[in-house]
Amino acid sequence: MQDFTLDDLRRVMRASVGVDDSVELESDIADTEFTDLGYDSLALLEIVAKIDKEYGTAIPEDAVQDLTTPGKLAEYVRGRLPGAVAS
Amino acid sequence: MTAVVTGLGVMAPNGTDTEAYWAATLDCKSGIDRIERFDPSSYPVTLAGEVSGFDPADHVPSRLLVETSTMSHLALAAGQMAIEDAGVVPAELPEYEMGVVTANATGGVEFGQRELQNLWSGSPSDVGAYMSIAWFFAATTGQLSIRHKLRGQCGVVVSEQAGGLDAIGQGRRLLRGGHRMVMVGGTESAMSPAGLVAQLPGHLSRRDDPARAYLPFAADACGYVPGEGGAILIVEDARRAAERGAAHRYGEIAGYAATFDPAPGRGRPPTLRVAMERALADAGVAPADVDVVFADAYGVPHLDRAEAEAISAVFGPHRVPVTAPKSMTGRLYAGAGALDVVAALLSIRDGVVPPTANVTEPAPDYDIDLVVERPRPAPVSTALVLARGHGGFNSALVVRAAQD
Repeated sequence: MQDFTLDDLRRVMRASVGVDDSVELESDIADTEFTDLGYDSLALLEIVAKIDKEYGTAIPEDAVQDLTTPGKLAEYVRGRLPGAVAS
Repeated sequence: MTAVVTGLGVMAPNGTDTEAYWAATLDCKSGIDRIERFDPSSYPVTLAGEVSGFDPADHVPSRLLVETSTMSHLALAAGQMAIEDAGVVPAELPEYEMGVVTANATGGVEFGQRELQNLWSGSPSDVGAYMSIAWFFAATTGQLSIRHKLRGQCGVVVSEQAGGLDAIGQGRRLLRGGHRMVMVGGTESAMSPAGLVAQLPGHLSRRDDPARAYLPFAADACGYVPGEGGAILIVEDARRAAERGAAHRYGEIAGYAATFDPAPGRGRPPTLRVAMERALADAGVAPADVDVVFADAYGVPHLDRAEAEAISAVFGPHRVPVTAPKSMTGRLYAGAGALDVVAALLSIRDGVVPPTANVTEPAPDYDIDLVVERPRPAPVSTALVLARGHGGFNSALVVRAAQD
């Protein structure tokens, strides 16, 4: 079954919006706010669009504002993957 | 309040830093060549002044790179140079007393084209989120402001090729209003098929020989070559610059004026001459005090004639050296005035007037002393820079050696 891990998210972030020079993306970022990692709301929209395209998740825009950390986003994406059991 | 230029940053087709640009300019080395950014063979225009050898990733952090277009990459690179040249550390100064004013004429058109192609070949979801900001005229000003934490008054001037001078004039106005430092100038990049096609209704040269395509004031002038790049400058209140011990004082922004031409068919003359006279009056400078004129130099016969006549009317026939180093870069639109001001300031510094490339002599009925083929050593303490924007914009700016 398809999965979406924090590493998958890291890969999408690198490929789509880049990484701030002061940020170590490989560190434990699961509970760090996106804004503290240098990603504003526009960057988050871009990241989500790329996830949607690759994974077919169709994340509604309204949901994005609550997904404030990589951990929350990855978990949300996992719940929307085709074949995922609704939680 | 005296506005003094304390830092320079250049990204030009014939040099990707200030000294490289200046050395190439004095050496008559042109950056005009066949377009390499895309295949121009199916277009009527095949030449441009591209900033080759510029890798944005060398100058712009990856996070910022994806949010911005080439015009902003060039400005971010030039802005960093200007800040370092000035020795300004914005973090040590009151952030609301420093602003940014850039000029822009074409927008981030290559970015916009890419995203529109994504839309038309795919779907709305294929369009990147940064389409919402990257191509705007004001994007460069905003990114410079954010990057350097210059949080005072910021703005963008859109007056086609006159804009580079208008931005510097606006910067001086902000200094008068109490700002201590303003980052000013302009950069441009329209090096994509859509960017080029949008320029075709203008006066682009259709020649394909880089040495014969853009010949301002020549008898066989046939239009201009477009270019990309420009310059970013740091202007400061001279008193504040002295207080912080600024390393450079390239010169003063001594005078500035802008005019707008009457609508065509009204029977009234264009107003470039008025702009020149008002800039000189603003500087308190007589025509005889001016050592060189950096011309707008359209490269279009009737527009060259109008400019030559205006210069001749203000200064007298053959009374002041006139030059157009943009003959080596192409017309940079909003980048042009700022780059010409850099050239004027370096003329003051080095006592030399740069040449107009590829032109051996002006058309015989233009009464101007055009500096051609090689630089002309001459003491320069005051220079007049001219710029005209399509649609009727005229701007004139006087720089002079910094006074003690």
